[in-house]
Amino acid sequence: MKSPLKRRQLLKQSAAAVSVLCLPVKTWASRQDRLQEAIESRFGPAIRAQDRVALKIPALTENGYSVPVEIRVDSPMTSDDYVQAIGLFAEENPISEIAWMELTPESGRAHVKTRIRLAGSQHVVAAAKMNDGRVFEARVFAIVTLAACVI
Amino acid sequence: MIRIPGIVWVMLLFSAPLWSDEVTLFADREDLDPVLVRSGYEWLTPESKALQDDEFENPGWLWVERGRQLFASDSGEPSCASCHQTSDLIFSSSATRFPRWSDSQQTLINLEGQINQCRELRMARESFALESSEMLSLTAFVSQLARGQPVNVALTEEVKPFWQAGRDYFFRRKGQMNLACSQCHDERAGQRLRGDLISQGHPNGFPLYRYEWQSLGSLHRRLQDCDAGIRAEPQPLGSEIYLSVELYLAWRAGGLTLESPAIRR
Amino acid sequence: MIRISIPQSADLGEVIEIKAMIQHPMESGYRRDEMGRTIPRDIVAHFSCRFESQVVFKTDWGPGMAANPLLTFFARVNRAGTFYFEWKDLNGKAFKTERAIEINR
Repeated sequence: MKSPLKRRQLLKQSAAAVSVLCLPVKTWASRQDRLQEAIESRFGPAIRAQDRVALKIPALTENGYSVPVEIRVDSPMTSDDYVQAIGLFAEENPISEIAWMELTPESGRAHVKTRIRLAGSQHVVAAAKMNDGRVFEARVFAIVTLAACVI
Repeated sequence: MIRIPGIVWVMLLFSAPLWSDEVTLFADREDLDPVLVRSGYEWLTPESKALQDDEFENPGWLWVERGRQLFASDSGEPSCASCHQTSDLIFSSSATRFPRWSDSQQTLINLEGQINQCRELRMARESFALESSEMLSLTAFVSQLARGQPVNVALTEEVKPFWQAGRDYFFRRKGQMNLACSQCHDERAGQRLRGDLISQGHPNGFPLYRYEWQSLGSLHRRLQDCDAGIRAEPQPLGSEIYLSVELYLAWRAGGLTLESPAIRR
Repeated sequence: MIRISIPQSADLGEVIEIKAMIQHPMESGYRRDEMGRTIPRDIVAHFSCRFESQVVFKTDWGPGMAANPLLTFFARVNRAGTFYFEWKDLNGKAFKTERAIEINR
């Protein structure tokens, strides 16, 4: 039988280990949850195939205040088959949804470029909904560095 | 308790000058060799370079366009265009020659000072506040006219004391971090400061669009950020010391072409 | 200040590239001033492009958009007419401009 002291030590250590394990996992999980919630609030629970959407962001950006982004969705953009909407999301930003774009067949091309803000290195997701309800997605990890002089 | 021999104390005493500022690297340091002068453009990422070169997507041009409007007419006569034709070669390259001596004011002035001097003395209008939207727009417009032309300030006798004051400021350690501009921008240009690349600190892109500001801004605003960055007291915009530093930096950048409105981090 | 990049004319049915940029700080609402007070959110929240009366492209923006937002998008030109561009901020204040386009013969 273990002495009371050793048992207490063991319990303390286990509790510490479990709580340490819980902390980052919980934070990571809630970030992912927030991103998932933001995407689903626009697209519903539909499965998003990793296809057709090309999301282009520089692998490394020197300043998070201005990150160029280019989204292309493979679609003929006819009245029978066109991209109805594109959503752009970032997992670490205080608000996950950056932009929500609605297109029409008269857009001619599902191709958009803009500049966004990224609060640090993170995953960026572009998801597109077709007029028939199918949803496609692309997910990219962007590294954002900071200015050296912190003022 | 370690017993330090007397000879070591003597050696330390005589080596003291080696640690003090006066006799170190700065004392006989040459100013930046013109051959080695490189614009901050060279330290931008390819995306930022492309942005600077794109006359539509570069946000600095928003200020240039507004400046073009203000230059032509500013809700009433007279306007800058009443006297100045932008096709006039001397005027269109004038941004490369500031800061310079002003006979009427008997001091060194920069482009902002010249614009306000024109407004007050020749147009009977109120001067624009430094760093205001109107002032930035006008300096962006006038500077952009000289884009591609080399920085070309004249070191006349009257401005030499200002040049010297600017040079002294550049080489003087200051702030809580006890850093001199030269330590980063002369000695360590091209090296990294955390994730950032250190440039030579040239003024040839100003006024420029800085990502950190999310706006166009002037050289004096950048100097304030530099001073704040090393935890030194930022000086007022348009102050004589910053004008002096502006002159020294323009001299030091001699030969670099104007890039206004540039893009910088 | 608004800047638009759009061709003056296009072939019938051609898909043209349009760039639209508006000068705006897009204050996120997360920054603080020197006194530590939060600077209130002030962003352009909505942009739309119409050809005559028909909406071609529209977008909702959050504070994650960069300052002085630039947007590049495409539109098919089916006839001569006018493109209308409108930005709206959170208070509903509208910024508008328009560009006419002709059809190449």
